[in-house]
Amino acid sequence: MSMAEAEGSLVAYVDQMAELIGLPLDTEYRAGVIANFERIQGIAALVMEFPLPPEIEAAPVFHP
Amino acid sequence: MTVHPHHRDAIAIAAAIRSGQTSARQVVTAALSQIAEQDSTFNCFTAVLADSALATADQIDQQLGRGQDPGPLAGVPFAVKNLFDIEGIPTLAGSKIRQTAPPARQDATAVTRLKQAGAILLGALNMDEFAYGFVTENSHYGPTRNPHDPARVAGGSSGGSAAAVAAGLVPFSLGSDTNGSIRVPASLCGIWGLKPTYGRLSRAGAFLFAGSFDHIGPFSRSVRDLALSFDLMQGTDSRDPVASDRPGDTTLPQLERGIDGLKIALADDYFARGAEPAVFTAVAQVAQALGVSQFIRIPQAATARAAAFVITAAEGANLHLADLKTRPHDYDPATRDRFLAGALIPALWVQQAQRFRAWYRQQVQALWEEVDVIITPTTPCSAPLIGQETMPIDGQEVLTRPNLGLYTQPISFIGLPALSAPVPASQSGGLPVGVQLIAAPYREGSLLRVAAFLEAQGICAAPLPQRIP
Repeated sequence: MSMAEAEGSLVAYVDQMAELIGLPLDTEYRAGVIANFERIQGIAALVMEFPLPPEIEAAPVFHP
Repeated sequence: MTVHPHHRDAIAIAAAIRSGQTSARQVVTAALSQIAEQDSTFNCFTAVLADSALATADQIDQQLGRGQDPGPLAGVPFAVKNLFDIEGIPTLAGSKIRQTAPPARQDATAVTRLKQAGAILLGALNMDEFAYGFVTENSHYGPTRNPHDPARVAGGSSGGSAAAVAAGLVPFSLGSDTNGSIRVPASLCGIWGLKPTYGRLSRAGAFLFAGSFDHIGPFSRSVRDLALSFDLMQGTDSRDPVASDRPGDTTLPQLERGIDGLKIALADDYFARGAEPAVFTAVAQVAQALGVSQFIRIPQAATARAAAFVITAAEGANLHLADLKTRPHDYDPATRDRFLAGALIPALWVQQAQRFRAWYRQQVQALWEEVDVIITPTTPCSAPLIGQETMPIDGQEVLTRPNLGLYTQPISFIGLPALSAPVPASQSGGLPVGVQLIAAPYREGSLLRVAAFLEAQGICAAPLPQRIP
């Protein structure tokens, strides 16, 4: 995927996900939301690329 | 004789009132007049509770007159970040949206416990909207200004809490810390700030931001005040689902024990790069005073910070979803786009971040077999200017706001107790900066012992800004 395609797919994701969850994105701040989501994506990549052993469970523990 | 609150710490004020040198009314009156005089400059307070504070002061004076004991903080003024519930007023959490919230029906647990110890609540303090920030440049209530240089930020998100103590308007205050919101403003304002172990102090009645990481804690200008206020706020609380059931730990008497027997090390790698030279000079001064030359590595700190960022964004957005949908224009532009973007995060990223959190906790737990306290910088710089978008670090221009949490986020991510110790400006006109002390869960006592040692050595201190008479 080219840079432009990746950017386009990120913008499409933001618009469609916002629509799916019923979150209106005003034109006034849509660009700011896209920029912030792009930043989160870059940061999340650090977490996603870290290999975790399957026995590691999520930190929050539920007590019935 | 009048005891000016800004001349003494809380314990000294309480002693002066108890001995009859002054009265609670005199102390509260002096503090209120100083707030009236100076808060137009610093913009710390969003509510001042003059009438109730004076009425409480009179009650305290009457109790003392009858030979009763109103508690260890009898007559001592304090104030709290405006996300703490104060009975009778709406809890703003730095927002415009909550101006129309119903008045809180009871005080937050921490506020109740301090009042039970005789402390007198003077008011509520400014913060970043919904605690989502490190600068307290709040578009609804204005920026809080740094008492050491009013052109600069106080840090955030508990900026009003730190600046009020640094300016001497109150001897101690409360803030909250999710990713660094106590430690960052403590560093930039040159005062002591303690973020205890996750769950150690009840958050009941404190407006949440990201519950996985939300903590509360005190700011002060002396280590003993930090210890005493921490001790008084401990205790189980059924109103907070993460409040610890462990028995409390009285730290104040531990301060005299010195640092004998404590193994202390400097964090290298991630924590030894990315800051201004003056910050590393402060860290080196602290290490030298403690006789520390050993280094230790906290593994995968950058990934920890990233995971904290993702979870914070997702949890914050979840909490605010209803208002984000219906009244996004009422949010501070500084937080709105981040909250909205957080609402779109795939579950996969959050789940992986929470699994990474468990892995990282395991790795860091192993370090406590080697050391008791780890030293890092608190912030990568001293206080930036208000409105400053970027700052130079290692020859690169980086964004100011997110980078202020560089060294604090990987620590609160796993709930470790951490304290910011103030290293005063080395020369006239300079700015203070904090050094972060970190310990194993529930070892706040070790942190406070190291802090007391540094204070006694004169390496760390929270002097009033020179411009304040």
